[in-house]
Amino acid sequence: MPVPQRVVDALCGRWAGLAVSEFRGQARVVVPREVLFDVLTSLRNEHGFDMLVDVTCVDYLRYRGAAQRFGLVYLLASTSTNDRITLRVMLDDPDPAVVSAVPIWEGANWLEREVWDMFGIRFEGHPDLRRLLMPEEFAAHPLRKDYPLQGRGERHNFPVLARREA
Amino acid sequence: MPQNPASSLRESNESEQDYLWTLNFGPQHPATHTTLRIVLKLDGERVVDAIPDIGFLHSGFEKLGEHLNYNQYVTVTDRMNYISPMANNVAWHTAVEKLLGIELTRRCQYIRVIVAELARISDHLLCVGAMGLDVGAFTFFLYAFYQRERIYDIFESLCGARFTNSYTRVGGLMHDMSDVTVGKIREFIREFPRTLSDMERLLNRNRIFQDRTKGIGVLTRDEAINRSCSGPVARASGVTRDLRKDEPYLAYADFDFRVCCATAGDCFARYYVRMAEMRESLSIVVQALENLPAGPVQVGLNERATLPGKQDVYRTIEGTITHFEMVMANRGFEVPCEEVYAANEAANGELGFYLVGDGSDVAYRARCRPPSLINFALFPHLICGHTLSDIVAVLGSLNIIAAELDR
Repeated sequence: MPVPQRVVDALCGRWAGLAVSEFRGQARVVVPREVLFDVLTSLRNEHGFDMLVDVTCVDYLRYRGAAQRFGLVYLLASTSTNDRITLRVMLDDPDPAVVSAVPIWEGANWLEREVWDMFGIRFEGHPDLRRLLMPEEFAAHPLRKDYPLQGRGERHNFPVLARREA
Repeated sequence: MPQNPASSLRESNESEQDYLWTLNFGPQHPATHTTLRIVLKLDGERVVDAIPDIGFLHSGFEKLGEHLNYNQYVTVTDRMNYISPMANNVAWHTAVEKLLGIELTRRCQYIRVIVAELARISDHLLCVGAMGLDVGAFTFFLYAFYQRERIYDIFESLCGARFTNSYTRVGGLMHDMSDVTVGKIREFIREFPRTLSDMERLLNRNRIFQDRTKGIGVLTRDEAINRSCSGPVARASGVTRDLRKDEPYLAYADFDFRVCCATAGDCFARYYVRMAEMRESLSIVVQALENLPAGPVQVGLNERATLPGKQDVYRTIEGTITHFEMVMANRGFEVPCEEVYAANEAANGELGFYLVGDGSDVAYRARCRPPSLINFALFPHLICGHTLSDIVAVLGSLNIIAAELDR
């Protein structure tokens, strides 16, 4: 679904430093980290993107030509006009962190917890930023590109229980 | 003895906390059907708080997606929502083909619609059947599962596997639909409406079932949107969003069907929407089967976009060469260094894949947007204030598939 040009124009007119691109009819906007929360709020309240479809992340560690390491992706949709828009925030080591979107969408809660679990991106102001899928004592963030497929070097992190202790 | 009001308040809070029970529900429990755990705080029989704990079935599917090529990964999507694996296959390859820019043949689109709708019926049958079972309607469950077996038979004759189908390929299908399969689907179309009517007569006006499900786990329309819900859960709350209508993919624009909605937003509405959707799905299957276009199911050999059929590989030199080129590393697909999101309306809601291509035939990142995860995040909100026995009704109506929840 192509996103209306007026939304993109309105965003670019209000905030400097947005980069807009399009691929197969999908509009993507790269947003600086500082204005992310404002852009999300504006998209929801003024442009009718009332649904947060997904929050996910891409680790560009080994991607050709990538300058920054993490690309945090917000997929938004409108339930009334069926438009979609993709927002991306570029983050870098050390301490990749953004402001949480939970105050805007309750649905961001578990999605952001999963991104924290898998990529180690902190969401400031998240009410309950615990690991979602991996156990609490797990030390690494497994979907980062520097984490091996078979998880070598992780086994020692798990306690060995004898039968009488279990 | 004079008391400090603040300390007495704290004491009363503590005594109230003492009064609450903590109950561990799962990970192994007959009503979770899969492995998930909920820590419940109970006041007598009433649920005060519910803390879901998931991840027991986490298998790193998204990590695997970065190491298997676009055709191989379809076997992993089978294991996500294993109740309707065909729908996952179709969703995965819809995303891949959007990334690669492949336009499918008409026949392939129609067959994919047929298998996706059969998968939706199979998924809804399991959901309503298990929900009936959990609230005490055992006969209903048997009716549902008998028909699910018929759908498994169809899939078996279609691709040789009953459960983990892996039927789709980039740019086509494993192979074309045979006349035997068409006959089996026709037989199913003839028989199924009667069973569906029987099922409706069993439960729709059943007093016990209504008492157990009406007004339980109510989700309002605004909350459904705010909490990212999609599919039958959102439609039962009055969100008229169905990707088959709103963003017609495959051949859905050709078919005449209704989007089934309810406004109550409770467990009964979710059950009712699923029952109604099965009729619509069946009508789509009928329309697609009767208007099935002739022609190939794979895109052409010259486009170098799909594995050629086995007949071509064994009998023609072009087929053999194309096959070898396709399976050799870095000689196969031309993948753009781009990112794309494509979503399908799966049985539980919007099943989307966010793909990042890096030029090789393996995805750089293959994110799955799982509807079960979004739906299960609702659970504490839906159950608080209801009784312990309502948990199974709410869980059943949300249709949580742990393999998709944890991936």
